[in-house]
Amino acid sequence: MLIQQVFNGLALGMGYALIAVGYSLVFGILRLVNFSHGAIYAFGAEMAMLTISLKFGVLPGILAAMILTGVLGIVIDKVALEPLRKKKSPQIASLITTIGISNIITNLLIVFIGSEKRNFQPIFSQTTVTIGNISISMTQIMMCIVSLLLMSVLMIIVFKTKIGLAMRACEQNPKAANMMGINVNFVISFTFFLAGISATIAGALVSGYYQIVYPNMGFMAGLKAFAAAVLGGIGSLPGALLGGLIVGVSESMAATFLGSTYRDSLAFIILIMVLIIRPHGLFGRKGITKV
Amino acid sequence: MKGKNTLLHQYELFVDHNKLILAIILAVIILLFPFVIGSQYLLTVSVKIGSYVILAMGLNILTGYTGLVSLGHAGFVAIGAYTTSLLTVRYNVNFFIALLAGITLAGIVGILLGMPTLRVSGTYLSIITLGFGEIIKMIAMNWNAVTNGTLGIKNIPKPSIGGFSFTVSNYGLYYLMIFFVIVVSCFCLALVRSKTGRALMAIRTDELAATMMGINVTRYKILAFSLSAIFCALGGGLYATLIGYIDPNTFNFDVSTMILSIVILGGMGTLRGMFIGAIILIALPEVSRFLMEYRFVLYGVILVVMMRFRPQGILGWRSTMPFKLSKHVQNELNDTDLIHQTHVGELAYE
Amino acid sequence: MSDEEFILEVSALTKRFGGIVAVAGVNIKVKKGEVVSIIGPNGAGKTTVFNMLTGIYDVDEGTIRFKGKEIQNENPLHIVDAGISRTFQNIRLFGDLRVIENVMVGAHTKTDYGFFDSVFRTPKFKKEEDDKVLQAVKLLRSIGLDHRRDDYAANLPYGEQRKLEIARAIATGAELLLLDEPAAGMNPQESADLMNFIRSLKERGYTVLMIEHDMSVVMNVSDRIYVIDHGRPIADGLPEDIANNQVVIDAYLGGVRNDAQC
Repeated sequence: MLIQQVFNGLALGMGYALIAVGYSLVFGILRLVNFSHGAIYAFGAEMAMLTISLKFGVLPGILAAMILTGVLGIVIDKVALEPLRKKKSPQIASLITTIGISNIITNLLIVFIGSEKRNFQPIFSQTTVTIGNISISMTQIMMCIVSLLLMSVLMIIVFKTKIGLAMRACEQNPKAANMMGINVNFVISFTFFLAGISATIAGALVSGYYQIVYPNMGFMAGLKAFAAAVLGGIGSLPGALLGGLIVGVSESMAATFLGSTYRDSLAFIILIMVLIIRPHGLFGRKGITKV
Repeated sequence: MKGKNTLLHQYELFVDHNKLILAIILAVIILLFPFVIGSQYLLTVSVKIGSYVILAMGLNILTGYTGLVSLGHAGFVAIGAYTTSLLTVRYNVNFFIALLAGITLAGIVGILLGMPTLRVSGTYLSIITLGFGEIIKMIAMNWNAVTNGTLGIKNIPKPSIGGFSFTVSNYGLYYLMIFFVIVVSCFCLALVRSKTGRALMAIRTDELAATMMGINVTRYKILAFSLSAIFCALGGGLYATLIGYIDPNTFNFDVSTMILSIVILGGMGTLRGMFIGAIILIALPEVSRFLMEYRFVLYGVILVVMMRFRPQGILGWRSTMPFKLSKHVQNELNDTDLIHQTHVGELAYE
Repeated sequence: MSDEEFILEVSALTKRFGGIVAVAGVNIKVKKGEVVSIIGPNGAGKTTVFNMLTGIYDVDEGTIRFKGKEIQNENPLHIVDAGISRTFQNIRLFGDLRVIENVMVGAHTKTDYGFFDSVFRTPKFKKEEDDKVLQAVKLLRSIGLDHRRDDYAANLPYGEQRKLEIARAIATGAELLLLDEPAAGMNPQESADLMNFIRSLKERGYTVLMIEHDMSVVMNVSDRIYVIDHGRPIADGLPEDIANNQVVIDAYLGGVRNDAQC
């Protein structure tokens, strides 16, 4: 029973990790918690559902949804956030802007698609593997594989490619990066694109797992993923993975042993504890206040 | 002083010169309003606007003056609304006593929620408040024995004193709301124009510099949280009795963003802005079906557009009027004018 | 010279950030009514010393005695209360408050009324508030900023912002003013004004400890000078001694010994 829950939690945690990566990527570069990321995740899932229903096949469908959602990320940055950076607005302005965007995306989805929960067709075959008294579904296994794969791809992009080097440079010092000829705004747009892509994959995987989609799904998932990102140390990719897994496992434990009603509160409790006890997370670095 | 001849300055001068007359006109309009419009529906909307003005003023203390963005104020509204309603419905407690209990509880919870400000700031704090709001909602949903779960509380009675019941139809609720709005406005005004208000605004601009002025930043932040919670609970209690029915979803995240939108639209850190913000955001959806459907999209658009083009809000201007000196101070200064001349000479500065 | 004469005694002050020693064994003594300067190349650890004096940073080693009492690692609030106040290298005014309000925020701890006094506008509130407004206006007059009283701090020209920051520090009731590069970014006329102003502070009984790069200001107003380089004290003494000190000249010129002149 315990081990079974751990496995369920790991699969779920992989999903959270993929969303958490989006928070971490954007935070790394802009020092901004992109509040609209949960809504982007829901948008990605809804788009995946839409494109898959067009009958071009599952993979092209998800690919199309990924691009759409990635572009949405870029549009958000270009339309709403970049002007604020140009104006050197205070941080609070960007935060409020992303809250507003989250509201816009979620509620537009509700207006156009409806707020009810709809069935999401399973992406992977429904078979389950049974080892001893633990049964693992194909979906869970594929969730882990796809997530780990995507994680590795992201790591390679960030640490091994030219654009990744530019991203890390912007993270350290955007002004200096700009002077070295790096197009900072392009790098930021690219980051939003990556965040959108990973959110879509997360959306498709998690929706496939629960076989359910609805516009408000991003709210809770986004918060849990944020908890995961903070737990791992926001800005750190391995941290996001670890944080996601911890949140996923503890959630599935809580669902079994405490009852499902308070399951959702657990992420908040983790989040609040982490922020109060170790605000820079497990992998994050502590900053020195400059005066 | 810059901007002597701007439109704003002319307007402020006009208001300042005709203070008394404008106040009388406004008072007459407000007092006669129910008799003139004579529509139950419009009156209900007006009372609702009143309750949102109070909510916005509550959040404004925290977000507008102290610079802490809360995304969970629906939680305080819920505490006020649930406590007031439960006490009146279940135990037949007088509405006003129940309301007092509600705001007291919210004030205490506000202090508790303010505690993390010791260690957490900025966006992280906002997320904690968001978590708080959701936890309150979950408690309301799952603590069936007390809150009646998702079914909510029905038939919340109207406030009454000594047999007189304040309802919408006898205009009682309207005047009661006006009374509370005035009380809250006066309180906020008094707070802002004191060392407390200055300390909050100093914290908003620069926490470190504020600390170096001897301001206990943590204590003031907790105070701001608590006051803000108290007003939101007050608004919540009044809202519950107006609508007569509450359930956990009355207090979801959308309510928190809506209060935030009012504060930002009107102008963070102003009192006048709270009125205009609440009027626009509550009345607009009522006048058109289209806006009703897109209401929550509209709130989002307002946040984005305001931050982009007018972050200080519609009415968020800096006064061009001179700093008000009391009569006593003016007299003293006139007496010391001569001394002041020699003083500067003595310092040989400027 | 007996020890009681010193209002501030810093001994063997040390601060490390990770493996880097930012300040190592700095000693500073300031007598009441003195103007003392700390100079040194950029990154020498001067501001770090100020941050320790005001309680922003914890002290790793050493003691800070203010008026005979040890204050190292105290809460910044207690330090302000004890009578030390500072300005910042990069001006940190409350830009969206008026000039007079900035000064009144400075007088925060000296404004003696409670929360309920302000809400109910008690006579005590009115009296205290009037007193503080009056004091603020007088302070602004004495430093020649009264014509800016109603302006918002952010709208002031640079030199006046620096002055206002000092006024705000004075308003806390401090006896010891720590000025972090008060002349930075000022033109020669403004610096000359500033020198007069600092002298006038001294005449009024304030003790000033300042960090400054503008040598004409330092040499003209300081009673004594401390020189720090790479976190270590390298010299201290009267302005004319420091001006001719070879070690100091080397530190500023990048450590190349000028053998030709020896």
